[in-house]
Amino acid sequence: MPEPKRHPSRTPVTSRRGLLFGTAAVSAGALVTSCTSNDTKDEKPASNNQPAADDKPGKHVTIGFAGPQADHGWLNAINDNAKNRAKKYQDVTLEITEGSNDTAAQIGQIETLINKKVDVLVVLPADGKALTQVGLKAMRAGIPVVNLDRIFNSPQAYRCWIGGDNYGMGLSAGRYIGEKLKDKKNARVIELAGLDNLELTKQRTQGFDAALKNYPNIKKVARQAADFTVESGQAKMAQLLQAQPKFDALWNHDDDQGVGALRAIKQAGRDDFLMVGGAGALSAFQAIQADNGVLKATVLYPPTMAASAIDLARALGQGKGIGGLAEFEIPASLTLYSAVVDKDNVGQYMATGFR
Amino acid sequence: MTQPASPPRDRTDKVPPTAEPPVWRTLAAHADVRTLSLLGVLAALVVIGGITKPDEFLDTRNLQLVLTQGSVIGVVTVGMTFVITSGGIDLSVGAIVALSSVWATTVATQEYGFAGILFTAVLVGLGCGLVNGLLIAYGGMVPFIATLAMLASARGLALQITDGKTQIVSVEGVLKLGERDAYVLGIPPLVLVFAVVTVIGWLILNRTTFGRRTVAVGGNAEAARLAGIDVRRQRLYLYLLSGLCCGIAAFLLIILSGSGQNTNGNLYELDAIAAAIIGGTLLTGGRGTITGSVLGVLIFTTITNIFALNNLQSDVQQIAKGAIIVAAVLVQRRTASTT
Repeated sequence: MPEPKRHPSRTPVTSRRGLLFGTAAVSAGALVTSCTSNDTKDEKPASNNQPAADDKPGKHVTIGFAGPQADHGWLNAINDNAKNRAKKYQDVTLEITEGSNDTAAQIGQIETLINKKVDVLVVLPADGKALTQVGLKAMRAGIPVVNLDRIFNSPQAYRCWIGGDNYGMGLSAGRYIGEKLKDKKNARVIELAGLDNLELTKQRTQGFDAALKNYPNIKKVARQAADFTVESGQAKMAQLLQAQPKFDALWNHDDDQGVGALRAIKQAGRDDFLMVGGAGALSAFQAIQADNGVLKATVLYPPTMAASAIDLARALGQGKGIGGLAEFEIPASLTLYSAVVDKDNVGQYMATGFR
Repeated sequence: MTQPASPPRDRTDKVPPTAEPPVWRTLAAHADVRTLSLLGVLAALVVIGGITKPDEFLDTRNLQLVLTQGSVIGVVTVGMTFVITSGGIDLSVGAIVALSSVWATTVATQEYGFAGILFTAVLVGLGCGLVNGLLIAYGGMVPFIATLAMLASARGLALQITDGKTQIVSVEGVLKLGERDAYVLGIPPLVLVFAVVTVIGWLILNRTTFGRRTVAVGGNAEAARLAGIDVRRQRLYLYLLSGLCCGIAAFLLIILSGSGQNTNGNLYELDAIAAAIIGGTLLTGGRGTITGSVLGVLIFTTITNIFALNNLQSDVQQIAKGAIIVAAVLVQRRTASTT
């Protein structure tokens, strides 16, 4: 519907619009700069402090790093881990790209890194299948690729894959809960899963179910899928708590949605069960250490894998193997163990927790 | 409600001939039939829930749960109803909720405690609504485009502020409002806010000049302008109102989830539009009902609740939700047209 133009004193429409856009842009800018500070005084970068496998400086290596947009705490920690690890080495230069979830954009970024002739590439693809071609291209250009977590379609597209173990996460959570409840008759367990559209959620659930099979006294009575957000965690947990007036243990796939789940548990005034988290967020570690709520443990999907990817890339660039292993070369594939973090060992992992 | 101020022409033989003061009676009857059919759908859902899970569903705590879970999107829907009634659309509500909740939970804001969080949430909502309103009313942009642009930038800004991190709220006063100790006579504070917003929204739409202007602008903006209504100012106010509702909803969401995250309010725009349309608000403008919208929200939350209580998985939930939306609208159409 065209707006009536009733103000002859006004300038023509185009410049009036321009003015409005200008004002909007300026005010938006002013808004951004004021009062959105998120700096805490005691903030430490989420990264580990263990020494590298081989700290002796060697040949200089330039590592190109391309990851997705850090719109989730875990992905953010991936970037931090890679950056901090690279800083530790005097002989490493890190070329890090702006993260992107757009496949085409990420391909472009990786091609730029190839053209810059970096020595080694570390790639966490937004979508593993879609980025296989560019992985192949880099390998053909003689640049070894370390594929981080989301795997390429073809083993020819990477020299080494390192990533987490979703099935193993489920196994670890199931085993931990199983051991805690093995002496309890007719124990009831519920599962708050992640986004059901993702393959990894299915794998986590399969691992969890497989581990629980070893304990005939335990029955999984309910499962609901949230979508990795705090909001969905609260909503789905609130429903689960209403649906299950009595149960003994809960596994939540993701500590981020766990923030919401813990709120729902507090809001319902429930504390009659034990909860195990997933991934390894700082807030979860803190709750486990404080030991004043239902959250007793979490199973890791460690973002430190990005630091290890930098280690592997450096070793590749310098033609070394991994210290402590007999081989002269680094392995072709490394699946990380999903460790259980509980009150006893949480101190050790605290520095790796992500926000 | 802008249905002509003359008696309906298609008076079928089914209509009881008792309508003596025809205009108001028939109009009221019309509205009631729509509302009644929605209540019917809701009642059917309650029966289904009661049969499948009698103990868990027919329970005071469950009623509190359904109303609480519906209150955030409910407040957003009230604002959306006004915008749609005026012939507009606000696609940015989810993004505004995200931005408000994120801005209100930064470390800097949390230092100002309860009031800081509340005011920031509301002000950011109002600010976004103001930009929307200015662009649409005075910048001559189509609401769909202007609010789509706001959706993109507000989400982007929210991501920039959080850096993808979850901002956990440590202000006890805010968190306590979501817990059982804070219930007033068994009513959760969130539900109270939802109720107050609903009642105020209903009064404004049905009992004030502002409400009548909104309907008039949605019915025929040119006619409204010729009748002396400042259409542009009215539009500005409407998007401000929607922004305000988003700000309030963001505060409720902060209470509920104890955090601010850039993913908050995901797809709220679709939920709110769906609830308003199911409720009987015309997408083309000119007719709006707050009662219907609220019933629409309650139908959605009840469906989610029944599915979760029966431990149905998300694939089944999504399929059934789509089917129920279609069914609800069809039932409503039928009942509305046969009367």
